[in-house]
Amino acid sequence: MPSLKEVKTKIAGVKKTAQITKAMNMVASAKLRGAQEKMEAFRPYTSKFNEAMSNLSGRNSGGSFPLMEQRSVKSVEIIVITSDRGLCGSFNANIVKLAEQKMRAYEAEGKTVSFVCVGKKGFRTLRKTGKVRKSYGDIMGSFQMFNAREIAGEVARSFVDGESDKVELVYGAFLSVARQVPAATDFLPVQPIVDETAAETAPRISGEYIYEPSAEEIMDVLQPLYLNVMVYHAMLEVGASEHAARMTAMDNATNACKDIVSNLTILYNKARQAAITAELMDIVGGAEALK
Amino acid sequence: MAQQIALEVVTPTGAVVNEDVDIVNAPGYGGDFGVLANHAPFLSTIKIGILSYEIGKKRENLMVSGGFCEVSNNKITFLVESAEFGYQIDVDRAMKAKERAEKRLSQAVSHDESINVTRAEAALRRAIARLKAANIK
Repeated sequence: MPSLKEVKTKIAGVKKTAQITKAMNMVASAKLRGAQEKMEAFRPYTSKFNEAMSNLSGRNSGGSFPLMEQRSVKSVEIIVITSDRGLCGSFNANIVKLAEQKMRAYEAEGKTVSFVCVGKKGFRTLRKTGKVRKSYGDIMGSFQMFNAREIAGEVARSFVDGESDKVELVYGAFLSVARQVPAATDFLPVQPIVDETAAETAPRISGEYIYEPSAEEIMDVLQPLYLNVMVYHAMLEVGASEHAARMTAMDNATNACKDIVSNLTILYNKARQAAITAELMDIVGGAEALK
Repeated sequence: MAQQIALEVVTPTGAVVNEDVDIVNAPGYGGDFGVLANHAPFLSTIKIGILSYEIGKKRENLMVSGGFCEVSNNKITFLVESAEFGYQIDVDRAMKAKERAEKRLSQAVSHDESINVTRAEAALRRAIARLKAANIK
């Protein structure tokens, strides 16, 4: 049986850990609110954007755009967006796992794969594969549109230059506070968007639009913007998911700490009782000897 | 009262303007253009510059950076990367940004770093637009 003092220090230690995890839980929930607001604020922008894009791609069928070019796929690039920090359960591990699954699937088809990592956690695991082409760390804390633009620009450049024939985006989708799942979407070549809900609500009048410059040139401007929007959106989702995942993880940790404390307290009481019994035995034994 | 058109300015960080206005002036691809009520459906890219609108005698100026705008059903929607009201702009900061961008441009020309030039030029254009928006009354 461990000594009384040992158990006591252990209990104090675990209680302190519980305090920290509790605090982290609260910080994460505050940050989650911020991240959700940011997502909320971005929603009108994306919905308008998709509306306009679908309007445009509705009329653009014959045009050739470097970002829409369909080639036979020899090399695939995967953008992996994870968080910068850990302690959020299996959130990052799941994203990385999905990315690695994709990698193996493509390699089995004889394609080469390269990674672009956003967020330090993904890079830390994926660099062992030696396939990370570029990595952006320390930006998930406070990122803005221009960060997304930089990433999207770099990926688009390598696509246009022919270094990659297909680009996918792997990130953590935010379904709810309790549910975040790794998700993958096609990134490049740009698929023409057919937004059915927009088409229903707004009667199609695209044929009568005046374009300045021409519809094709507007498309040329919109496509890179669209990529920015996609990257930014994914980053927002990862941001919110990260905090939600951390909240859950820290809540679990706090509960685990409470369990350990109650177990240790029982152990402590037992040890104390044993010590008292031993002492009594000594006294009784001593008294007996004096008789 | 003349007819009005609904104006909406949306940025990635949220809607900035959502009002019925008399006239909108914006920096389009082929130069500035004005939009009144019941304008024909129209789609244009937007350059870095000044977007202004009037409601009665009130006139507001915004600095906008690149994006596009759409007019349909008596509604004009701007989707831009950023939009700031003239009175919100920090003139000192914009001045400094302008100087910085100019300095970088003059250095970049001598050393020929192509990426920096486009970036510095955009920064310079933004700074100039900010100053303009802040100074118009």
